[in-house]
Amino acid sequence: MTPDIRRTIEAVWRIESARLVASLARLTRDVGVAEELAQDALVAALEQWPQTGLPDNPAAWLMACAKHRAIDRLRRKTLLVDKHRELEYELRVSDSNTDPQALSDDELGDDLLRLMFTACHPVLAPEARVALTLRLLGGLSTEEIARAFLVPEPTLAQRIVRAKRALSDAQVPFEVPRGAELSERLASVLQVIYLVFNEGYAATAGDDWVRPALCEDALRLGRMLAELAPREPEVHGLVALMEIQASRLRARVDVTGAPILLLDQDRARWDQLLIHRGLVALERAARLNGAQPPAFARFAIPPGPYVLQAEIAACHARARTAEETDWCRIAALYAALAVLTPSPVVELNRAVAVGRAAGPAAGLDIVDSLVAQAELQSYHLLASVRGDLLERLGRYDEARAEFVRAAALTSNLRERSLLDERAAKAAAMNQMTRAGSD
Amino acid sequence: MRFMMIMIPKGYEQAKPGTVPDAKAVEAMMKYNDALQKAGILLALDGLHPPSMGARVSFAGGKPKVTDGPFAEAREVVGGYWMIQVKSKEEAIQWAMRCPGGDNEVIEIRQVQEFSDFPADVQEAVSKYPEVQERVASKKV
Repeated sequence: MTPDIRRTIEAVWRIESARLVASLARLTRDVGVAEELAQDALVAALEQWPQTGLPDNPAAWLMACAKHRAIDRLRRKTLLVDKHRELEYELRVSDSNTDPQALSDDELGDDLLRLMFTACHPVLAPEARVALTLRLLGGLSTEEIARAFLVPEPTLAQRIVRAKRALSDAQVPFEVPRGAELSERLASVLQVIYLVFNEGYAATAGDDWVRPALCEDALRLGRMLAELAPREPEVHGLVALMEIQASRLRARVDVTGAPILLLDQDRARWDQLLIHRGLVALERAARLNGAQPPAFARFAIPPGPYVLQAEIAACHARARTAEETDWCRIAALYAALAVLTPSPVVELNRAVAVGRAAGPAAGLDIVDSLVAQAELQSYHLLASVRGDLLERLGRYDEARAEFVRAAALTSNLRERSLLDERAAKAAAMNQMTRAGSD
Repeated sequence: MRFMMIMIPKGYEQAKPGTVPDAKAVEAMMKYNDALQKAGILLALDGLHPPSMGARVSFAGGKPKVTDGPFAEAREVVGGYWMIQVKSKEEAIQWAMRCPGGDNEVIEIRQVQEFSDFPADVQEAVSKYPEVQERVASKKV
């Protein structure tokens, strides 16, 4: 097989697989079985297309192939003695339309939304939800997911097999939850997408500062979800947050791959197209929350955590220079976020904003109140923020000690070398001021 | 990876000012745009007025010279574009193949250049630019 045709089949798969799995899951009422049937169809395509060339309608070809497998499989399953159910199932599968493109957008959209909710079901551990979502909705191969998350491929494959079994064992229905359950389950979907994004944006291990491909996968999933659930403000909030954060991807590292902090970034290299998309998504969220143009400042419905985080990201995106940043608004947004999702990390971010809005001493007060908390003891950003505030107060020796501590705590190599540099700089400043006072 | 799909409609180079596609073509195209949007890959799109409403600026001899449209020498012109984000050129091609294009239409697929695609000297030329920006900004403060 030429590499060209293989890449073409992969491209078709990326475009068609989510819809294929979703349609099959509706027919079989089992996401695991649907995924296996879709994989069978992919294997058949990889065998046949290099000889026959691409079919005119690849989606219809894959669907027809998967449905043949579905019926074969059923006939082979001697355990299923209930002839009646077998017939009913066969009819359902063979009568259904083979061309996914002929399905109405609403039907297909419903199936995709059901698939998203199922892959992010709370019976699964978060890492299983992530793997299943990328596999079923992102169209990624096991190998691609394993590489992105730095785990061995067999481990990841096992994770997916277990996840599918867990869904089947728990008899998770293939449906979109209603009423009170909806918001809880939607939160899980949003969390999974944001986990994928963050894994790409701030790699937790290894020497890559970013793995942009994962950010793109998460954005694609988020944009898909925004089309499937357009009335949910938090969905648009998450999309806005990711678009705006992604707009800084190319400004976050220098030519050597070393990280550049937000305030030191060259804003001319921020991606204006993504910023624009982010601000538009944020406006949609604000409208759904009952805010009125042009200010969008007052919300009839209190904004959720993703909208608030997106608002914070937007404050940075709107400032043409670091000096123009509206730190008062950012501090207020973090205060609102702390009410919704109280956490020491949010409080630490509020400290940074207060440190800019009201001076380093005010920021340091908040940070010092956090130092005693056990949760943050080994969190490198606490030490690094404290170091930054101390540095700005001219307490260079204490700042140096914090940077050294932060460097020892981070597992990201690039970040560590940045912190080592800051420690060295603080040490030099300490020497200079001492020499000056002698 | 970001790709631009550029629509080149044959005959558009001579189209009269104010020419717009007919309702049926627009409807088919809207459905296609919707599919791109639902797949989460569409970043931006635009249709362009015909060249007869535009102008060209050329720089022969280092001097800008303006020519009003239509342009007698133009054999093909851009009618519009889609900016999409996909994993590979093959995926961009697959999306282009799904477009309800007419007999006279061609889509050209071009990858957007990234900073990292440039050689070192070009990267340096680009990174000098922000210093100018910062100077302008600091003057204002």
